[in-house]
Amino acid sequence: MLSLTRPLVPDRRPSRAMVSLVLTLFVFAASLISLTSGAAGLGLTDLLAAFLGEGLSPRDQVVLYDIRLPRLALGLAVGAALAVCGTLLQGLFRNPLADPGIVGVSAGAGLGAVLAIVLGGLLPIGIASGLGPSLVSLAAGFGGWIATLLLYRIATSGKRTDVALMLLAGIALSALAGAATGVLTYVADDRQLRDLTFWSMGSLAGATWTKLAVTLPLIGVTLAVAPRLARGLNALALGEAQAAHMGVDVQRLKRLAILCAAAGTGAAVAVSGGIGFVGLVVPHLLRQAQGPDHRRLIPHAALLGAGLLVLADVVSRTIVAPAELPIGILTALFGAPVFLWMLLHNSLLRGR
Amino acid sequence: MIRNLSVRLGRRTVLENVTLSARPGELLAICGANGAGKSTLLKAVLEEVPARGTLSLNGHEIGGGRPQALARQRAVLPQDTDVAFSFTLAEVVAMGREAGDFAARPEVDHLALSAVGLQGREGDDFRTLSGGERQRGHLARALAQVWEPVGPDGPRWLMLDEPVASLDLGHQLKVMQLARSFADAGGGVLAIMHDLNLSAMFAERMAFLVDGQLAALGPPEDVMTEPLLERAYGCAVILDRVPSSGPWLLPQNCGPGGAGSSGRNALQS
Repeated sequence: MLSLTRPLVPDRRPSRAMVSLVLTLFVFAASLISLTSGAAGLGLTDLLAAFLGEGLSPRDQVVLYDIRLPRLALGLAVGAALAVCGTLLQGLFRNPLADPGIVGVSAGAGLGAVLAIVLGGLLPIGIASGLGPSLVSLAAGFGGWIATLLLYRIATSGKRTDVALMLLAGIALSALAGAATGVLTYVADDRQLRDLTFWSMGSLAGATWTKLAVTLPLIGVTLAVAPRLARGLNALALGEAQAAHMGVDVQRLKRLAILCAAAGTGAAVAVSGGIGFVGLVVPHLLRQAQGPDHRRLIPHAALLGAGLLVLADVVSRTIVAPAELPIGILTALFGAPVFLWMLLHNSLLRGR
Repeated sequence: MIRNLSVRLGRRTVLENVTLSARPGELLAICGANGAGKSTLLKAVLEEVPARGTLSLNGHEIGGGRPQALARQRAVLPQDTDVAFSFTLAEVVAMGREAGDFAARPEVDHLALSAVGLQGREGDDFRTLSGGERQRGHLARALAQVWEPVGPDGPRWLMLDEPVASLDLGHQLKVMQLARSFADAGGGVLAIMHDLNLSAMFAERMAFLVDGQLAALGPPEDVMTEPLLERAYGCAVILDRVPSSGPWLLPQNCGPGGAGSSGRNALQS
């Protein structure tokens, strides 16, 4: 009689510990590159000196602690949030093509941002100057959340949320938000047009500790809750009915996943604008590398998303230095071909 | 235990006042024509469709909440259900095991897969399996969820929706034997069945649904009568007994003289 203490799986997939280690090193390396590259010329030796407690010049201190470090932290948080939210939504919709855009977050946030940019000047002077530059972020965040909550309400009747209805309603709502955005774009003046164009292409520039103080808690909650949904999302791959028979409270799972995705993506979009493809491509890449088990997928997506976005940010601020290329252009530029390549080479087509 | 269960879908009453009690240690086959309400009965028991009446499992009323506790006492084999993403057979079976009381016993995966004849296929992508293999894979998952037929809270249950529908003869027998031995070990099995011969061979009792009502319930030799089968299936049948083993065989005759008025009713309803 066979006695087995571990699953008898001829597993060609790398072990969880191995993937975790590689991804952690990747994030660490990306962070190091991010901290030591930029226009100010603060290099690796200066960074080492700072770590060893040797004094930096006041100018270098500002560069490191007030510019690069908050920017790095924001990049890590936004990258992790986008990737994890993409993973949650793909699991929830049982569809590898889902991304945060699908629950209306992107369209709602876009509309909010454009509203703030174009009509922000109409606000009473006190409010406008009090909020200052964070007005756009706030409006984007609220726009994203309102859109998602609205969709959730539309798709929920009684105690059950119809995921397919949510998907379709999301398309309609996105179109509506797009139309409203179009109207506002039409009436915008040249300066506003430039602002909203750049907003839609995304950027981590202007990261400050104040912005982080608002963003990090929301993203932190998302990242803390997401791993708890992993077992439920695995079961959901067999369909809602089977997940319920396997002990999953499906309605609770849906509600938490949607709220989580809205909080995480809303916060990320609010501070960084439109950064696409991270939420779509990262879960895909990881499923290819290590299988679809959400218990590893979610933490690893956080790591890979964080590392990739930080690297993209490094490229965005060095490739056309001293100017900056919007990071959304880069993520699309690399994300889209990678996505196409995966489409042609893997199970998306083979496995239905 | 099912008491006075009624299900209405739109204006149509699909099930009417069905009262039925499955017993531990027993394989209960639910039979009936297409549209008679078999699947609806199972769906109502599993709370997949809204129903009136009371349902209980091991003395506790089912309804609203505590899916985790239910999952430890009851596993469900669906007819066919697609799997999203490239989960391997082993991962799917492990999901069932971890939903039950056996999270700490990974060896159960292998035992369950061996029981359904899928040993050595653990690493296969579930979606690349054939229809019959998928069905056996899901059965292995359900078996792993209730691996020991009797648990600390009483007997465990297997709910099977047409467990042999897409299987070849050999695997049909094998799967029915698995269900049989689960019941023999003290568990309870409720199976929606199309194949009357297999039902009569393996089930202690058979329940016949006709137009949403329970028409007969009892041991195969009592309920399998020619009038009942003609009423249930709208088609004249000749019953016979296989002398050596005792099960019933059904040469069927659905010729011109066979389909009577009840047959036309069944088609119209």
